[in-house]
Amino acid sequence: MKADLITLLYVMMLAGFIGFEVIRRVSPLLHTPLMSLTNALDAIAVVGAIVLAGEKKSTLATVLGTIAVVAATSNIVGGFIITDRMLKMFKTSPAKKS
Amino acid sequence: MINLPGSEHIIELVYLVATALFVLSLRWLSSPATARRGVLAGEIGMALAVGGTLLHHGIVDYKWIAVALVLGTIIGIPLGKVAMTAVPQRTALSHAFGAACVTMVGTAEFYLRAPNIPKFMMSVLSMEVILGGLTFTGSLMAAGKLQELLPQRPITYKGQNLVNLSVLAVPVALAVMLVLHPAHKGLFPFMVFIPLVFGVLMIVPIGGADMPTVISLLNSYAGLSAMAMGFVLDSKLLIVAGALDGSSGFILSVIMSKAMNRSFTNVLFGAFGQVQATVAGETEAKIVRPATPEEAASILSAANKVLIVPGYGMAVAQAQHKVRELFDSLTKKGVDVKFGIHAVAGRMPGHMNVLLAEADIPYDKLLDMEQANSELPQADVALIIGANDVTNPAARTDTGSPIFGMPILDVDKARTVMVIKRSMAAGFAGIDNPLYYLDKTLMLFGDAKTFVGNIVRELTGGGHG
Repeated sequence: MKADLITLLYVMMLAGFIGFEVIRRVSPLLHTPLMSLTNALDAIAVVGAIVLAGEKKSTLATVLGTIAVVAATSNIVGGFIITDRMLKMFKTSPAKKS
Repeated sequence: MINLPGSEHIIELVYLVATALFVLSLRWLSSPATARRGVLAGEIGMALAVGGTLLHHGIVDYKWIAVALVLGTIIGIPLGKVAMTAVPQRTALSHAFGAACVTMVGTAEFYLRAPNIPKFMMSVLSMEVILGGLTFTGSLMAAGKLQELLPQRPITYKGQNLVNLSVLAVPVALAVMLVLHPAHKGLFPFMVFIPLVFGVLMIVPIGGADMPTVISLLNSYAGLSAMAMGFVLDSKLLIVAGALDGSSGFILSVIMSKAMNRSFTNVLFGAFGQVQATVAGETEAKIVRPATPEEAASILSAANKVLIVPGYGMAVAQAQHKVRELFDSLTKKGVDVKFGIHAVAGRMPGHMNVLLAEADIPYDKLLDMEQANSELPQADVALIIGANDVTNPAARTDTGSPIFGMPILDVDKARTVMVIKRSMAAGFAGIDNPLYYLDKTLMLFGDAKTFVGNIVRELTGGGHG
């Protein structure tokens, strides 16, 4: 097994453990924003799509890459906007009282 | 085109910073006080990663990238501004978009690289497109059901699980063949197409009440497919982001399944509809005690402690703002009002919390099931608005009930129980609820929004002004 590959597997394993520990601590109050935020972060797949769309290696790759950038970008933009909108709404008692 | 010496290293360092920001982003989401900082960290990380990628030496043409970024932004903005009640379907839709991106990148990478694809690479690439494909159509189906474009009832038929599993087995077998013989390019389109069919078949038997689990599971698949893509592209950033998303979806699925006392396989392979036939007969004879808004108002205003249990019915009736008015007028009278929220209330994890936060209810009044159950025995009134199965005491006592063993909110321990419900028709899961026939239970028949509004009018002094 190549050294690169084993490095990637280490990265995956450690990221999995970190993800588990970090996400376990997220308050159940925020499970909906959690899902929309991780969704926006997951759209980091856009980096692969950008390279495909710009490399001009084949028409198929350019077309698929371009559509993939559209899909991922809409997740990034929409995901961050809605997550922030939701989080803005969460207030404690003393903060607002009419 | 930019081609600085050493730009490769700069990009790698930028990705490293972005990765750290992503982890911090989720770390800060642990409490509402720091959560918005988390979004900011995520945004900065994303901007850095995209900016860094644009410096990539392989990029020779920016035209389509620019078009796609603009188009994606134009589509993304309205998707970020949907009403809070539409958040479950929006989330499902964004899982579909994420999965579509991953599947298309995987497909393009295959045709660029074939037939010289090492075995490990082909395995992760197959995982990427199979998971991506089934998540794409599965999420579209889920979004369609949530938006009520598709029938919400589970559709089941005999031998369904066998059919579904066989359909899934085909692309897996194709993947194995491609790993062994990557030159057989002709197999690849089938390996992409069949999971798309499986995604549809997988969601057909899923009912609305199972949506929180299914959305979480699809979330997890989307993350795993992105992680597989990270291996294909040799991108540690992508592996980390995919692993974070995957573990988030996984943890949420576990929480949701536990809250329903069911296993993943049970949610995916055992639609609720099949087990309910036994309960129908004896319901007619039992007596319920209906009450008017006036009676409800007078009991509520005499209480010291009220616990409100919201469910999907509150979301459907758009009653959350009326509920806030009720909360305000009772709080003004010195009543201690809190909310008990079951993990699977609504159509996605945390759905009720978001709706109540939108209506300006302070989040320290929102209790999870354990907290609520420790307060319920002291509560004078438990007021149930549009929730059913999560309050059904049969889950504790009736071994024959399909929901037996499911952790519930013990509303029957409150001194008085009030249930706002449109009629005596059985709930979504079609299971009768013995709670409604208790001596301490008052049934408040009507639309949740109107009924709560009427209670508020009584509380604030008769006529409205």
